[in-house]
Amino acid sequence: MAQQIRLEVVTPNGAVVNEDVDIVNAPGYGGDFGVLANHAPFLSTIKIGLLTYEQGKQRQSLMISGGFSEVSNNKITFLVESAEFGKEIDVDRAMKAKERAEKRLSQAAAHDEKFNQTRAEAALQRALARIKASKIA
Amino acid sequence: MPSLKDVQNKIAGVKKTAQITKAMNMVASARLRGAQDKMEAFRPYTSKFNEAMSNLSGGANTDSFPLMEVRDVKTVELVLVTSDRGLCGSFNANIAKLANKKIEEYEAEGKTVTLVCVGKKGFGSFKKSGKVRTKYTDIMAGFQMFNAREIAQDISQNFINGGCDKVEVIYGHFKSVARQIPVAEDMLPITPVVIEGEAVAKMSGDYIYEPSTEEIMDVMQPLYLNVIIYHAMLEVGASEHAARMTSMDNATKACKDIVKDLTLIYNKARQAAVTGELMDIVGGAEALKG
Repeated sequence: MAQQIRLEVVTPNGAVVNEDVDIVNAPGYGGDFGVLANHAPFLSTIKIGLLTYEQGKQRQSLMISGGFSEVSNNKITFLVESAEFGKEIDVDRAMKAKERAEKRLSQAAAHDEKFNQTRAEAALQRALARIKASKIA
Repeated sequence: MPSLKDVQNKIAGVKKTAQITKAMNMVASARLRGAQDKMEAFRPYTSKFNEAMSNLSGGANTDSFPLMEVRDVKTVELVLVTSDRGLCGSFNANIAKLANKKIEEYEAEGKTVTLVCVGKKGFGSFKKSGKVRTKYTDIMAGFQMFNAREIAQDISQNFINGGCDKVEVIYGHFKSVARQIPVAEDMLPITPVVIEGEAVAKMSGDYIYEPSTEEIMDVMQPLYLNVIIYHAMLEVGASEHAARMTSMDNATKACKDIVKDLTLIYNKARQAAVTGELMDIVGGAEALKG
């Protein structure tokens, strides 16, 4: 049996995942990164996106939004604002959110409203990440 | 002397009030459990967060971050977190009292005070003072992280723009079900978080940072403010229900006392009436005999 790393995903509403896994893939600041057992101490900010991990042959995916992650002592901790399992995501809702965000984005761009634009962008990213996560599950 | 009917009505009314306060007590105790669970769920997040913050901010230079900048304090902003609804004893009044004390202190030092009111009750107390900068009402019932984020963003923006030089949060700390204490905590400028003992030594190892420490701090500081606001809101949420539980319990007890007193009055009045009637009958019978 290959060595495993402990994965913890913590949100303000409580811990979502607390398991030993083989590999973790996450959307870091400078692009996606993968973490295996006994990784060197590491700290990175996390973007909205897809977190996947493998346990044996099983693959799980979560949609996570903004926060950071820390690797130390063969443990990887994600502190994120929200985390949802791919299989629990309501795809229709995400699709609708995506359309809504796209519409708002084009509107905000037309009127040059910077604040609304960043908000719509974040909403769009979340919607896209949700759709992606639900497809993998 | 009140008439028998009046007393009867009064007793019925007080009994109904007792029913309502009893029901409110039970609702509050159910909600308190929910609020406490929410607090419990948030705890691992905060402790992890503080750990990472202390690790990062240990060597940080306070001048390089706008949110850590220490300025000459001319304007102080107080963030007042209260409940949206009343009927919870002196809970909100106590928070307002502490806020008033703080305002007096700062104004005595010649500083200007502005207020941000989270929750309707705090806003109600300070509406007329003209100090309220913004308010967030009707969100305490089912708030989420994004509510806290909105508030924190507004406050930090104001701080960066120079609208205030110091920010404090005032909220009702949930000490226990029986005790809620109003407390004031510093929020801005952010002071480096320090965890004593072992944790610090362990954390300050050779970390790989991605991106640089400074950029991570730029992301984490606003999050840290979210955590402070969210925490205050959680505490107030739990305290509010606890305070309501106690005050409704007291109200129910008071109702029972009143019912007891009124029943006594009712029985006396009834007895007096019976005696009166008897006298009439006896008097009538005597008159017929004669």
